[in-house]
Amino acid sequence: MEKSTDVPVQPGKRDFLKWLIGSATAAWVVSVAYPIFSFLKPPKQGEVEVSSVKAGKLSEMAKDSGMIVKFGTKPVILIRKADGDLKAFSGTCTHLDCTVQYRKDFGSIWCACHNGKYDLNGSNISGPPPKPLDEYKVIIKEDEIFISKGT
Amino acid sequence: MRSLSKKLYDWINDRVHLDDLVEFMGKKYVPINSHSVWYYFGGISLFLFIIQVITGILLLLYYKGSEDLAFESIHFIMAKVQFGWLIRSIHSWAANLFILAAFIHMFSVYFTKAYRKPREITWLTGMVMLLLGFGFGFSGYLLPWNELAFFATKVGTDIAGVVPVIGKPILVFLRGGEDVTGATLSRFFGLHVAVFPGIFTVLLATHLLLVQRQGMSEPLELANNPAHVRKTMPFFPNFLLRDLLFWLIVLNILAILAVFFPWELGKKADAFASAPAGIKPEWYFLFMFQTLKYIPAHVLFIDGEVLGVLLFGIGGLLWILVPFWDKKSSRGERNLIVNYFGIGVVIYMLLLTILGWLT
Repeated sequence: MEKSTDVPVQPGKRDFLKWLIGSATAAWVVSVAYPIFSFLKPPKQGEVEVSSVKAGKLSEMAKDSGMIVKFGTKPVILIRKADGDLKAFSGTCTHLDCTVQYRKDFGSIWCACHNGKYDLNGSNISGPPPKPLDEYKVIIKEDEIFISKGT
Repeated sequence: MRSLSKKLYDWINDRVHLDDLVEFMGKKYVPINSHSVWYYFGGISLFLFIIQVITGILLLLYYKGSEDLAFESIHFIMAKVQFGWLIRSIHSWAANLFILAAFIHMFSVYFTKAYRKPREITWLTGMVMLLLGFGFGFSGYLLPWNELAFFATKVGTDIAGVVPVIGKPILVFLRGGEDVTGATLSRFFGLHVAVFPGIFTVLLATHLLLVQRQGMSEPLELANNPAHVRKTMPFFPNFLLRDLLFWLIVLNILAILAVFFPWELGKKADAFASAPAGIKPEWYFLFMFQTLKYIPAHVLFIDGEVLGVLLFGIGGLLWILVPFWDKKSSRGERNLIVNYFGIGVVIYMLLLTILGWLT
């Protein structure tokens, strides 16, 4: 061991070794961290693209009422206004992702989480919601209510 | 009996020199002053944490962490398992009392400026443990998979999502996808029973080791008193026995709460139901929840939620870093700004919590 101290260290050689060990360590860290981070990212699951759903019978839906309809994986709110007119909007509050409901007493769409309100055209009228609700198209075919994307 | 325990002590002492430790503990003194009562709240938090570990392990024996079975398994625990209702009720109540005790502990440390040099690391580990306590509360809240928990989790994770740039990846990471689903439940379950307890234990060990090593802090105005007027009591056994007495009182309060106010299970979560009227988060998130209600959709060019998250983020960071910006207290001088800031925070939190409770 003592012998090695007598040999003058070549600075170039030492720097090269430092660089080599440093890069190898960095490569090792990356090769461990990369699979872990990739694992944490949930894989995209093929979702069936839904363009239209059957929401129920018109004769069974009371005037001045609302209901949540399953539209693929998303909730849609279907409202039958007091005058019998049907409207459908995205059921997800634009504020923080809660599901809205129709409030007869307000005559508007309401979110229980932070007291946000939308009128029956889907526009945000009070409370924290920053954007209006997206509207869906409602079609009636022989008493069946169909909801589809786009207005 | 005595000789047996003596023999056991000698056997261990022979190998690891317990005498040193016993001597160290025998020399440890706790200051007696008008603020002494606050010293017990750290111990009470510790006691409640121990209860959480025990009841949590018991609940694990029957709980099933999946979308289809979570709600039913808790119902099973409460209805069929002997004393299941009690164990679950204790776990829920102790969680709330833990946050309360930790809050009291934190504010007492803050106002007596016990965080000042040389106890910055103790303060930091404590603050991270409190944040982990919130994490425990938030993740544990979802595990019964009921309606309130479902929407609370949607809102909570959506708030994380509004943070610029890193928000969206955090949201996807927490939810295990774009929406709150069974994947979210699996992740929260893992965080609640493995990740958080693991990190918490390391922090707790550091925190306690530092307290033992450095001893209890004394309030600034008393620390400069001459030695002959400063009163102390031995940690062992005087202080420890008082600690145990407090633990007994807390255990009784916990038993009364758990038995006479059993924790509700509520309705099973339904992704296609509207958020129920009167939905509220746990009381310790109420002041933030209430603030979000008051902030309008847009303030100048910033979204309301972003502003809320930003303000609480900056406020929280200032609070956590107090030992580093309050240099005066470390030098033994009074720093009234710290007091005013603390009083402001306490009043704000109390006011908004009460408002959130009432509306």
